[in-house]
Amino acid sequence: MSKAKVATVWLDGCSGCHMSFLDMDERLAGLASKIDLVYSPLVDTKDFPEMADVTLVEGAVSSTDDLEKIRKVRAHTRILVSLGDCAVTSNVPAMRNRFPVQAVMDRAYRENAQLNPQTPAEVVPALLGKSIPVHEVVAVDVFIPGCPPSADTIHFAVSELLEGRVPDLSSRTRFGI
Amino acid sequence: MTQLEDLQRIASEETERRQGCRHRLCVCIAAGCVSSHSDQVQASLTNEVKRRGLEGQVEVRPVGCMGLCSAGPLVQEETSGVLYQHVRQEDAAEILDSLDAKPVERLRCDSGQPFFRRQQKIVLENSGVINPHRIEDYIAAGGYEALVQALTSMKPMEVVEEVIRSGLRGRGGGGYPTGLKWSTVAKAGGDKKYVVCNADEGDPGAFMDRAVLESDPHRVLEGMAIAGYATGADMGYVYIRAEYPLAIAHLRTAIRQAKKMDLLGNSICGTRFNFDVELRLGAGAFVCGEETALIASIEGGRGQPRPRPPYPAQSGLWGKSTLINNVETFANIAPIIRRGGDWFASIGTAKSKGTKVFALAGKIRNTGLIEVPMGVTLREIVFDIGGGIPGGHRFKAVQTGGPSGGCIPEQHLDMPVDYDSLREIGSIMGSGGMIVIDETSSMVDVAKYFMEFCMSESCGKCIPCRVGTHHMHGLLEKILEGHASAADVAQLEALCDMVMHTSLCGLGITAPNPVLSTLRHFRGEYEGLLQPAGGNGHASPSPAGGA
Amino acid sequence: MAAPVKVVTLCIDGRDVSGREGETVLEVARQSGIEIPTLCHMDGLEPVGACRLCLVEVTGQARLQPACVTQVSEGMQVATVTDRLRTYRRMILEMLFSERNHVCSVCVSNGHCELQDLAQSEGLTHIGLRYRYPTLSVDASHERYVIDHNRCVLCTRCVRVCDEIEGAHTWDVMARGIDSQVITDLAEPWGHSDSCTSCGKCVHVCPTGAIVEKGKSVAEMAKRAKFLPYLSMMREEW
Repeated sequence: MSKAKVATVWLDGCSGCHMSFLDMDERLAGLASKIDLVYSPLVDTKDFPEMADVTLVEGAVSSTDDLEKIRKVRAHTRILVSLGDCAVTSNVPAMRNRFPVQAVMDRAYRENAQLNPQTPAEVVPALLGKSIPVHEVVAVDVFIPGCPPSADTIHFAVSELLEGRVPDLSSRTRFGI
Repeated sequence: MTQLEDLQRIASEETERRQGCRHRLCVCIAAGCVSSHSDQVQASLTNEVKRRGLEGQVEVRPVGCMGLCSAGPLVQEETSGVLYQHVRQEDAAEILDSLDAKPVERLRCDSGQPFFRRQQKIVLENSGVINPHRIEDYIAAGGYEALVQALTSMKPMEVVEEVIRSGLRGRGGGGYPTGLKWSTVAKAGGDKKYVVCNADEGDPGAFMDRAVLESDPHRVLEGMAIAGYATGADMGYVYIRAEYPLAIAHLRTAIRQAKKMDLLGNSICGTRFNFDVELRLGAGAFVCGEETALIASIEGGRGQPRPRPPYPAQSGLWGKSTLINNVETFANIAPIIRRGGDWFASIGTAKSKGTKVFALAGKIRNTGLIEVPMGVTLREIVFDIGGGIPGGHRFKAVQTGGPSGGCIPEQHLDMPVDYDSLREIGSIMGSGGMIVIDETSSMVDVAKYFMEFCMSESCGKCIPCRVGTHHMHGLLEKILEGHASAADVAQLEALCDMVMHTSLCGLGITAPNPVLSTLRHFRGEYEGLLQPAGGNGHASPSPAGGA
Repeated sequence: MAAPVKVVTLCIDGRDVSGREGETVLEVARQSGIEIPTLCHMDGLEPVGACRLCLVEVTGQARLQPACVTQVSEGMQVATVTDRLRTYRRMILEMLFSERNHVCSVCVSNGHCELQDLAQSEGLTHIGLRYRYPTLSVDASHERYVIDHNRCVLCTRCVRVCDEIEGAHTWDVMARGIDSQVITDLAEPWGHSDSCTSCGKCVHVCPTGAIVEKGKSVAEMAKRAKFLPYLSMMREEW
């Protein structure tokens, strides 16, 4: 039996959900016999594969780069999973939404800069007007709320998906945690 | 002490006085005409009469609404019936010159046109005829006869039975049987009861109640007093919006006059019946037209509805049994008592009796106020009485029932208008606002307009109305901007369903109606604005700076 | 001798239960171990029927009825869990989450929040409605307490407890619709309020992290609202 192709993507989030993923510890070894991690910040592959079976997305959609990435990922994924509150609700990244983008940029790159304050003009992708949940941009198949969802929750969700079931997470996780 | 004979004496004195004048010029001083300076017309006519020494021969009488507001200021010579439109103060001399000669042709308005001919007036029978500042004028027109008749020759329950027999239904919009409401309050226990007149008319484009109160305030007071007698209440409140200063002034004058003549106050007409009326001014919140919110507002609280039951008939103002009827409902009472419930029931359709006052607005030639028997068709109203659509445009829809109502398209124009038929096609009778829409307007835009109204008028108490109206408005905006997909329309429909089934009061329950009725009859207009369902049907988020 | 109590029997979710005349569907359901979700309701305060979460289906009634104010009657047939009710409840919760800025992960009430609990128990996994992200203030002018309007759900429990139990009526609601906001006195900073007795009842009836004690960090603020029915009962008996 061929292994399922699983990817993870990191948008605007703190990487806590990926940490939680790694917190599966020895269970990762068990998962490794069932999945290939075909794309992830945790592995070295640079290009998203032609078709992933499951992609876990951490983080909100906050920049033009996020937007481009999530659209591409959606197009090449069978089951897209919003992993954690930033992907599900836009959470902490959305706390900037009540301020104009320019004010946010000035705060980060000028007012709080110790040395050589300047707004980046290249490399750093432009921010969207608002930081938004993934499902406001592309269709999402499974939602795993939590900040972060626990390793147990992630393990359960991935295991269920591998068994071809839609995980019922209502008793295992919630917004915030 | 006022008895029937006193009223008859006043009436005959009044008729005599009037017949002393060879010419009687009626000038409309209701809000519509005042806004085009009919007060100046009245003043200049009065001055001109004085200057010519014609006092006693020519009467210049301020009167209420004549209906054809779009042609105002209106002046009518009563004896000849000649009607003048768009009269300006400079026209006074010319009009007076014409009294014994030929009418002033350039100012003539055809009083034989269908707008006037096709109406049948009960509620508005005195509007545009009597001087609303004078109780004698009202009495001369048969006013207060019904009250005296009820007090001196009918038992309270007989009055209720007469109203039941008339088949009158609430004119505020719900169409609840008035007689049933009266009998519930009459049978309710308690030492104290109240009668409340709901004059918090708030639908955009509706001005029926305002016109009645400005033109014939005593009629409403008489209806309230009869209601007080029938139900056992001794105190009445008129809850009227502060944006109606003219109606408030006319009502205040009327209350003072009626008290002076023992037609309100203690021992009315020498009987043991006491009934006082006070005004309460609303601050213009649409939700205060909802009866429990109205009660909260009269009590001095925040104007918010509460769950029913208990209904006001059981527990209303300060926990007492309370009868709440709308202005137009009360305005129908005196004629019903005077002429009998059977007479009233002979007018209209099987389930909707009597007449209905409508305010015609929007893309229609004859903007103004009309009264027609129930059962007349929308086509007659729009094209015969209303004169059709101006500017050579095509009719598209007529909106009835204001923000709680719906849009009715061309194919239903031949349907007879009554409570039930309008409901069947997804609209409601409402209080009587009728807004005509022509081909130049987008129905999605119309729906958005009404949703914006509901959103800003939602009191905020219950979540579905407070937040739901906001989201429905946002989706309509998104559709109009061309950013929406079919998924957004589906979400809009889900919200409509949820808000109408879960909201606390009528405002939220009916707020989705304009959307639902435009979706029902003009779905193509929505679909024409949608983005093709590319990708996942998700639209683009706003770019940077769009915050 | 006390007046005889009339007892009625009714059927809730297929179970025959009995209740006293005058009791609400919510009361009788809870006595029988049937849980109906609520948010604005609180034992010991006057019900307002505002949040609409407790709507139930009553056979023979065209409209859904709020269980918190609907009195039981003989032979009544009530359904508290149907697909339709579940959908509406989820939408109500979605509306609340989209209305203001509830960021659970950085809330002092994280883990002790009725809104958060309701979202979980009603199976709400995400918010399908567009978030509004309104700009709202935080008033920390009071010596001991803070009101964060970003997390307020306008249940008006604070308004009612302050008026009905404490008798101070410091809290009220201003503006209308989506702009509604709870205020202290005449919309003055809480710390300047002349009427506030600093009793803290509003803190403990607040279902979310909107009204909290100062000095509590994320997830520390547990509310203790159990005092209320006891307080009301003692007052009635006296």
